[in-house]
Amino acid sequence: MTALLFLEQTLNGLQLGVTLFLMAAGLTLVFGIMNMVNLAHGSLYMMGAFFAATFVGWTGSFFLALPLAVAATFVLGLAVETLALRTLYGRDHLDQVLATFGLILFFNELVKIVWGPVSIFMDVPKALSGRVELIPGAPYPVYRLAVLAVGLAVAAGLWWLIARTRTGMLIRAGASNREMVGALGVDIKRLYTLVFALGAALAALAGVMAGPIYVVEIGMGDSMLIKTFVVIVIGGIGSIRGAFVAALIVGTVDTFGRVLPAQFGLPAAIAEMAIYILMAAVLFWKPAGLFGGRA
Amino acid sequence: MSGLDKRTWFVLVLLAGLAVLPLIATATGNEFQIGQFRRILIFAIAAVSLDLILGYGGMVSLGHAAFFGVGAYVVAILNWHADREVPLFGMMLGTQNVLATWTAAVVVSAGLAFLIGLVSLRTTGIFFIMITLAFAQMVYFFFVSLRAYGGDDGLRFPGDTVVLGVIDTENDTAFYYLVLGVLCATLYLCRRLVNSRFGMVVQGCRENERRMRALGYPTYLYKLAAFTLAGGIAGLAGALFAAHESYISPSIMHWTRSGDLIVMVVLGGMGTLIGPVAGAVAFLFLEKTLPDYTEHWMIVFGPILLLVVLFARRGIFGWFLPPEERDRHGH
Amino acid sequence: MATDALLSVKGLVKKFGGLTATDGVDLDVAEGEIHAIIGPNGAGKTTLIAQLAGELAPNAGTIAFAGRDVTAMPVYDRARRGIARSYQITQVFKGFTALDNVAMAVQAQAGHSFRFWRPARDDRELREPARAILARVGLDARADVPAAALAHGEQRQLEIAMALATQPRLLLLDEPMAGMGKEESERMTRLLAKLKGEETILLIEHDMDVVFALADRITVLVYGRAIATGTPDAIRANADVRAAYLGDGDA
Repeated sequence: MTALLFLEQTLNGLQLGVTLFLMAAGLTLVFGIMNMVNLAHGSLYMMGAFFAATFVGWTGSFFLALPLAVAATFVLGLAVETLALRTLYGRDHLDQVLATFGLILFFNELVKIVWGPVSIFMDVPKALSGRVELIPGAPYPVYRLAVLAVGLAVAAGLWWLIARTRTGMLIRAGASNREMVGALGVDIKRLYTLVFALGAALAALAGVMAGPIYVVEIGMGDSMLIKTFVVIVIGGIGSIRGAFVAALIVGTVDTFGRVLPAQFGLPAAIAEMAIYILMAAVLFWKPAGLFGGRA
Repeated sequence: MSGLDKRTWFVLVLLAGLAVLPLIATATGNEFQIGQFRRILIFAIAAVSLDLILGYGGMVSLGHAAFFGVGAYVVAILNWHADREVPLFGMMLGTQNVLATWTAAVVVSAGLAFLIGLVSLRTTGIFFIMITLAFAQMVYFFFVSLRAYGGDDGLRFPGDTVVLGVIDTENDTAFYYLVLGVLCATLYLCRRLVNSRFGMVVQGCRENERRMRALGYPTYLYKLAAFTLAGGIAGLAGALFAAHESYISPSIMHWTRSGDLIVMVVLGGMGTLIGPVAGAVAFLFLEKTLPDYTEHWMIVFGPILLLVVLFARRGIFGWFLPPEERDRHGH
Repeated sequence: MATDALLSVKGLVKKFGGLTATDGVDLDVAEGEIHAIIGPNGAGKTTLIAQLAGELAPNAGTIAFAGRDVTAMPVYDRARRGIARSYQITQVFKGFTALDNVAMAVQAQAGHSFRFWRPARDDRELREPARAILARVGLDARADVPAAALAHGEQRQLEIAMALATQPRLLLLDEPMAGMGKEESERMTRLLAKLKGEETILLIEHDMDVVFALADRITVLVYGRAIATGTPDAIRANADVRAAYLGDGDA
């Protein structure tokens, strides 16, 4: 592998990493604060992408469509939380698995009815369509750099929200000790709804940005969801910092897992399996994840 | 105990109904449906095996379809090698002997369950759910990337059609009764198991694992044994499925298939063994018939699932039990 | 004392972040005695029990049981060697009957449970000893009632029955009277009095009347430190104890 290819793949890995982080940040908080399994998080990623496809059609602008789609998914998150998930917080995990599994079936079918069964290809916005020679001799797509930049900016924004604001303080307290937040006399219900909708918006952002890179299709959230699980397991439930570190690791390992085996003549099977092997190794060493307090 | 009577009635009526199903189908000129019924029974076996760990052990495994799929692939691959006369692992290991392939399916699935259980049972709760899902996905991708065996497209193979020298799997009805026999044997063995000392320990882990450890049980070992056993039975179901289809693809171990199995168990009534059989029948019947009414049946089925979870936790089996019996089984 | 003690704890330390819940505790429990641990709320009593049972690993110090270092031994191994515990918050198998609960405890001591065939509920080897123990704690009439349907006080008795059924050499009882009414407390006190002399017990209890009536020796725990150990009379007379604990109206 040449140094140039190595750098290019590193950027690809980081870009996948920040996308995974956007997914994992919201989900790890839902897990940590509500102690709730949400399989439907991938559906929100998918809904975000489909909303964006529609809004691009209406407005003709990706840059208008993106905030609209994120906002729409935020509202959808509010609705889903209030109508369905709220009643599940106190229930056991099996109930949550089943109910959110039902939501996945619902959303997949809904998309099929509204948008049809055919995949949608989203164009890279014109302003970001070129390549830039960030490293001499290796032109890299501007759009992917933009995704990376947005991801890092959101990560920084989340850090600020969680480390520096009162809401963030409550979220942190909730993630490490649920009883305590109740004892503080905070309106828990509103906090939960807010956290869930915020997670939905972040997932939608990831989905919208992934649209032009991959393809907008039914079930696109499923494989992302499972990779997100791997991120959360490695990072530790409820830890934003863990999610960030693990997302970058998983993104990089997954990307190189696709390139490296071929270079050494190894079977392609290793590619898809690399992150799961990594997860198994981390778990064996630290059952609660890298930054997790409890297993 | 009138509840026990009702329970026995439920089991007898359900199994008797399944036993006469081919006769009814033949009498009404619907022989072609016997294959569909057989498919349902095969999934029922897988659902019963999941009930062992989910209903009795309280382990919410979201990766059970992997063991089912691996069992099926073992049969398929061994048959394929024997048919093409291609050496496997450098030896002529391929075989079409049903006893050999089905045994191999059980052993390999159980072995895989052992390995996955070894790591995932170190954790509980949400972690356990996510890890079993992730491992199952790893197995799924492993078979997707196995180009030699068809990868994504799957593997078609000519299987041996004569089981134990008597039952011809080409004969729909005969094969149906073989599967029904395996299901009944599985139900009986699992019934013995859950009421044995081992079964009590597994149920104790569901009720209160911390207490079990304080009483002196190395709970990890018992849960691992149950997990392995359930994986082996799922592998057997997978082997039957391979023989049933003569074709196998990774899609049967997609993670949503694991979700389907959980739905069957809960829909039927978890921790009852017979409930999941009813659940498999109901689920696969709906999956087959609902699309006749609307192409978009999932949009109805998804919310139904949600409502069942919220309001009807007992499952089908629970409706047939008086309240005091339900509490013993409902969990 | 230390040499013939059944349980011998030396320099035990447990920290949670900045908080030291157990602060260099030394403790000996002699065979056959009831040794009570008292102290104000937050003194680290339950944390101490959890370390003795093996549910929490200490940061420093050693725990010796029956002449053997068990500090690093997992919970179930200690239970097998004879350390049984009851919980402050009832931990019974709610879906099982009272008899099932105790039979489960009997089974824990009856060799391994990799027995897959014979129905455990028809097993006289498990059921008869379980019935005998239910009778011992006065629950024999409630044997077939699901644990969830038992009254709170009965569930507490069941806790004790389960601990006894493991044939322990040392019983760790964490506030056996927690949440009990007057009548239930009296019944529990009679049960404990019955066990006195038959079992070695480490007892955590808030009810001072019960402690001073039953205990052979008492250790006072304040902010994780054992500030005094002695007979009930010696503890009553101890100035430090009076200042730190008994004096503040809690007694």
